[in-house]
Amino acid sequence: MKNFLLIFITIFLFTSCGKKENNTVTDKSKIKVGLVFDVGGRGDKSFNDAAYRGLEKAKQELGIEYEYIEPGPGAEREAALRQFANRPDISIIFGIGFIFTDEITKAAIEFPDKKFACVDYTYDSAKTLPPNLVALEFREEEGSFLVGAIAGLMTKTNKVGFVGGMESPLIKKFQVSYEAGVKYVNKDCQILIGYAGVTGDAFKNPGKGKEIALGQYNDGVDIIYHASGVTGLGVFEAARETKKFAIGVDSDQNDEAPGFIITSMVKAVDVAVFEVIKEVKEGSFKGGRAETFGLKTNGVDYAYTEKNKNLIPQDVRTKVEAIRKEIIEGKITIPVK
Amino acid sequence: MQEILTAAFVLQTFRISIPYLLPSLGAVYSEKGGVVNIALEGMLLSGAFAAIIGIYYTGSVLTGIVCSLLAGIIVSILHGLITITFKANQIVSGIALNIFAFGITKFFCKLIFGSSSNSPRVIGLESWGLPFNPFLLICVLILIITVFAINRTKFGLRLKAVGQNPEAADSLGISVSKMRYMGVIISGALAGLGGAWLALDQHSFTDGMSAGRGYIALAAMIIGKWKPTGAALACLLFGLAESFTLQFQSSGVPTQFIQMLPYLLTIIVLAGFIGKATPPAADGIPYEKKD
Repeated sequence: MKNFLLIFITIFLFTSCGKKENNTVTDKSKIKVGLVFDVGGRGDKSFNDAAYRGLEKAKQELGIEYEYIEPGPGAEREAALRQFANRPDISIIFGIGFIFTDEITKAAIEFPDKKFACVDYTYDSAKTLPPNLVALEFREEEGSFLVGAIAGLMTKTNKVGFVGGMESPLIKKFQVSYEAGVKYVNKDCQILIGYAGVTGDAFKNPGKGKEIALGQYNDGVDIIYHASGVTGLGVFEAARETKKFAIGVDSDQNDEAPGFIITSMVKAVDVAVFEVIKEVKEGSFKGGRAETFGLKTNGVDYAYTEKNKNLIPQDVRTKVEAIRKEIIEGKITIPVK
Repeated sequence: MQEILTAAFVLQTFRISIPYLLPSLGAVYSEKGGVVNIALEGMLLSGAFAAIIGIYYTGSVLTGIVCSLLAGIIVSILHGLITITFKANQIVSGIALNIFAFGITKFFCKLIFGSSSNSPRVIGLESWGLPFNPFLLICVLILIITVFAINRTKFGLRLKAVGQNPEAADSLGISVSKMRYMGVIISGALAGLGGAWLALDQHSFTDGMSAGRGYIALAAMIIGKWKPTGAALACLLFGLAESFTLQFQSSGVPTQFIQMLPYLLTIIVLAGFIGKATPPAADGIPYEKKD
């Protein structure tokens, strides 16, 4: 009897952990979007929240409806995609994050009538994309290069840091281009590198992020750039505690630690999500292609607003803007590996 | 080499050890009384969540800490109810409670903050002008009290008696279930407090933020041979290893190796390579009263 009770409780818990966001009444004429978040989940004040802003904007301006799922680690991601793909009322499904690359390709092949879009899709030019999938890529290296230049110009200790989430080709790209940006303006600057782990959970470990950052600050680093999702919130805590600087990623993260975040490498994930939904609504959606967002189209940028203006000196701003021009004109080649 | 032994490094080691130490000491109480407490992980997580809720609604860190203690105690009472009163398998109950805690914290996080993954930022602990976090002092105090309580008090002796030989203890008029409940509840309170530390250090809640620390705490207690000082030293060892990897991430020692270390050490100790590790004789066995 007792064992029965336990088994019952366990099963109940497993099944009750479904995280579905229902968005009320269904209207047949309305387009319904299904979106599956990355490991960090909604509320990461970064990457996933940027995608969410895109959804909200589409809801208000295009009058669409949406549902989202915040999957846990592991196989739940694929299940979430399938769950949406099996629903007749949902017409487009988003996967947010490079971690969806394989799963969303499989799902797109299996459900040819549905449209799919994947942010940060790891595009392999040797393979063809399914005709109902659009890969949204960002030139993070261009934005990272710019914030690297800002860090290189602004460091007083000649030591800057980088904290990455999961050690993976995508995050390596952030790191390498950031390093290149630092070195471009400041040859002798030393760069300390730290990663929070080798699995998806490394994007979700602020405790560890804080310790890595404290270690780097303690070693004389005065500016840290993070590309680590929620883990980066720990980096900001460390910046607050030691009164040093940090650079945010994906969204403008200024509000997380005002006065301590010089700038953020902004990825227009919201714009990308919005544009794709708009295409679906207008019937101009075309899959089987990769769309790239770079400095040229403001797909990536560094944050420079009323809030952080006073943290970036005018001469730094001028130099960085000059570098931006050079990148757009193709005068600088940025390493990605 | 001297570079490592800076005050910052030592403090970092302590900071990393705290969320191991508190549940680990808790496990000593629970297991000395004869109840295996694998639910530490869930208690840690519930404690962290409750602390954030407490601070979020009242703006007071103290309330947060009290909430974390209560959350730990509630989960531990559940564990006690299932394993002591209903005499179910202690491991199964522990695992069920861990899953339960993972789910329920996510559920309420979604309900209250609109995200099942993250809470907004809340205030943390002030350092009161100390060069280190005042939580450290509390931990040292708890360690001293635990050593004293387990070895030198009537309570400690009775607790050990019901864990070693519940029949004998029962025949002497000691209530086995009462003592076991006390052990489990203290362990819940301490694990909850460990959760409060996690939450306060991060100023927010992230789902699953205990990240296996409860299991490591349990491992530390086993390596420490069910003794408070031993458990504390083992926790410090794990903290040291982790701190070391953070400092020397690019030095070539693979992080995966260090992460595996606690579990590897546990296996080695259990296999009897480092002295003899004997749990309390009645550890893990529900007590059936015989007439």
